[in-house]
Amino acid sequence: MKYYDKLIFDLSKAGRQGYSLPSRTWDATLADLPAGLTRSEAPALPQVSELDVVRHYTNLSQMNFGVDSGFYPLGSCTMKYNPKINEEIAAMPAFAGIHPLQPSETVQGVLRVYKELAHALSSITGMAEFTLNPFAGAHGELTGLMIIRQYHLSRGDVKRTRVIVPDSAHGTNPASAAVCGLEIVQVKSKENGLVDVEDLKPLLDDTIAGIMMTNPNTLGLFEKDIKEIAALVHECGGLLYYDGANMNPLIGMVRPGDMGFDVLHLNLHKSFSTPHGGGGPGAGPVGVAAHLVPYLPVPKVVEDEDGLLSVVDADGQACGQISGFMGNFGVLLRAYTYILMLGKQNVRMVGPLAVLGANYIKESLKDCYKLPIESVCKHEFVFDGLLDQSTGVTTLDIAKRLLDYGFHAPTIYFPLLFHQAIMIEPTETESKETLDGFIEIMRHIAAEAIADPESLKTAPHTTPVRRLDETTAARQPVLRFCDMQ
Amino acid sequence: MAFAYFPHTEDDVRQMLDRIGVGSLEDLYSDVPGDVIYREEYDLQDAMSEHEVRQYFEELAEQNTSLFCLCGLGAYDHYSPAVIPHIISRSEFLTAYTPYQPEVSQGTLRYIFEYQSMITELTGMDCTNASMYDGATAAAEAMMMAMASTKKKTRVLLSEGLLPQVVNVVKTYAKFNGVELGFIPCVDGATSYGAMLTEVAKGDVAGVLVPGINKYGIIEDFTGFADAVHAQKGLFMVYSDPSSLAVIKTPGDWGADVVCGDSQSLGIPLCYGGPYVGFLACKKDHVRKLPGRIVGATKDVDGKRAYVLTLQAREQHIRREKATSNICSNQSLMALYVTVYMSLMGPSGLRQVNELSYGGAHYLHDRLLETGLFEKAFDKPFLKEFTLKALVPAQQIQDALQMIGVFGAVEVEEGLVNFCVTEKVSKENIDAVVGYLNEMKS
Repeated sequence: MKYYDKLIFDLSKAGRQGYSLPSRTWDATLADLPAGLTRSEAPALPQVSELDVVRHYTNLSQMNFGVDSGFYPLGSCTMKYNPKINEEIAAMPAFAGIHPLQPSETVQGVLRVYKELAHALSSITGMAEFTLNPFAGAHGELTGLMIIRQYHLSRGDVKRTRVIVPDSAHGTNPASAAVCGLEIVQVKSKENGLVDVEDLKPLLDDTIAGIMMTNPNTLGLFEKDIKEIAALVHECGGLLYYDGANMNPLIGMVRPGDMGFDVLHLNLHKSFSTPHGGGGPGAGPVGVAAHLVPYLPVPKVVEDEDGLLSVVDADGQACGQISGFMGNFGVLLRAYTYILMLGKQNVRMVGPLAVLGANYIKESLKDCYKLPIESVCKHEFVFDGLLDQSTGVTTLDIAKRLLDYGFHAPTIYFPLLFHQAIMIEPTETESKETLDGFIEIMRHIAAEAIADPESLKTAPHTTPVRRLDETTAARQPVLRFCDMQ
Repeated sequence: MAFAYFPHTEDDVRQMLDRIGVGSLEDLYSDVPGDVIYREEYDLQDAMSEHEVRQYFEELAEQNTSLFCLCGLGAYDHYSPAVIPHIISRSEFLTAYTPYQPEVSQGTLRYIFEYQSMITELTGMDCTNASMYDGATAAAEAMMMAMASTKKKTRVLLSEGLLPQVVNVVKTYAKFNGVELGFIPCVDGATSYGAMLTEVAKGDVAGVLVPGINKYGIIEDFTGFADAVHAQKGLFMVYSDPSSLAVIKTPGDWGADVVCGDSQSLGIPLCYGGPYVGFLACKKDHVRKLPGRIVGATKDVDGKRAYVLTLQAREQHIRREKATSNICSNQSLMALYVTVYMSLMGPSGLRQVNELSYGGAHYLHDRLLETGLFEKAFDKPFLKEFTLKALVPAQQIQDALQMIGVFGAVEVEEGLVNFCVTEKVSKENIDAVVGYLNEMKS
């Protein structure tokens, strides 16, 4: 990667332009607007040529690392390959050119995609029905919790304002619950990393709206007691929410609906191969069991007896509207493309091959890195730093050193259960050769930690920029170009 | 097992299983209770080849009718320059995660910084985050910001001039978040200053959200609004169309504390409603209540200019249930989309887009009135979209337009219809539509 230091503003020169617009003129002009409603001076946007723009952003892209650049074992993020056909389908003008308010009869193809994708996700997860409107995983969590609250409220069960969240949960779980107006009750993990059923029992009463579970959890461990937990929570009148961020290892093997979950979200930008785009757009469809279908948000797609699809905007039972229109349709097209490519045959192998890769790395490195819980893992696992921590080399140092060797770093310092957490998730799209290369470098780094710890503590050395001064960035925030001078 | 996205040969699988010390792939699920292992066939189609997938979607696409767009209402058919898809398809941008490792994410961090610089410039605010999902959810987050920024206030006021989808989403968030909403009616097509004053005077208002350009297309005049809201220690918040802000008075100049909206109007394809990109910007006093990712400038150990996610103590992965919001993934690639758009257009291009849209919209407006099918609903300034009172049933006009492949005359309220014109629409296009309506009338 090369270093390039310009901002687009640095290239600006008054009088340059990068656009071509029609030359027509109209009788009415902006000068007709009352002066009190118009902008006093033109915005200070860059003035650059088309080639300036192309080169600038090409240069920026070359300081970025993506799945297409190399192995990206970021735990809980499921950085699998993003097939190129997905992009081509999403760009088809017959989909990309449709206004979201067009009448149903003119968008039957669009609505068919909603219907068929929802059906496919239902089959893969064992849920009765889906909404595809949520924009991302956290948005799906929030929507799912709204559905749970709406269910209780519709039954006049107004006391249920608390939700149980395990201490190993993703940070979005408690944050989503708080936005939904729920109080968070934390349940602890046992030494084996699993939810402590005995700890859970006394928490279950008639104020519990539900429990949010990630299964496999953020340690990559399957919650074996899930059916007992489901029975206990249901018995107390609560519902089970499934955080689908970790769905990948279950695809083709286990369906959350069969484990007793009432509501779940999926991250299509994780398990269903749509690109992360540097932080979105994603999609967070929410699936529900049959008794919760009436509470799904609007707008929703319905089909009449003749197979004609239409959009329902208002529904008294629904939890409400959670998106301006109907979600990130372009992302949904990509995910459905992937599912059609997989088909009923290949879908069976997604989870098993992802789990194979994770266990392979774990078993190949556990003599150099501290494996806190000895168990078969699912799609990911967590090391608690180096086995030999006497050198003072930290997880951060290991992560930065990996960048020097052309790998993206794993997720670090999460989950919070371990001080030196390194969370590794390889996905099913990586070859044995790639995993072997990663294993070799991880072993090499463990050796370096003893022979030459300084090379790790000052890593990375070969990246376009090196370690950053994050403290000054936060203490004296410079958040825009005009504050830099 | 051979499949384009699975690189494993049978021999690879065998060797890997041997290293792990288990006999089969199913043994890797020994921790899963046997009765939840799914053994039935999935109700999916047979695997397709790429060619078959293309054909499948082409058949689905044939069930759509492409219509010439004369509709606005929160999604605008502006021209998207050819450069943009090429840039955002660069796989280093497309296939990267959130920039957690800044040393190998300077590309993403730099464009977010540029995006922040451009959005604050357009809105007249000091800071903005790296993007929100869409305009409606950005408005809901603005409501929560107002509640978090003001002590002992229980209500947020919404103008009835906001787009219906924005109001609906804010209502849903408010219901579950425990926020009481109040509504300010529109009088003669604009948010009522008098009604706002009366409500704000009650002293319980955390914030007031009004549309810069309302659902009737009218450019609102906020003289006196900010002072009245500030006098009661509330936040004055504006829902804006960023494209329009190149030429109309900025929310900053109106005295706004928070600005939100949808940047789809900056060249993003209609795509049946998404992906678009919401934005949320504020004055610097409120930055610690701003949700989402924020990028700041800094230096690396060698003194090189560099960028990093900053002020993260606000966010869910640190604060968990005490975070300002639950947002994690946002619409980063679409923020790149509009950043490239704004770079190409610059101040003169954005002005020209508005000039062409304004001129065309006013031409269509006047020609439609001449048909005798409509009369003026309001007499207030508008930019690219406007509302007319239909003198025949609105649905009849919409259906008639659809017959000639045009999407317009969408009903905003009983008897009131919307039209929108962008720089893509020519005089010939408009003359053809109006000529057809004249024929239809006679």
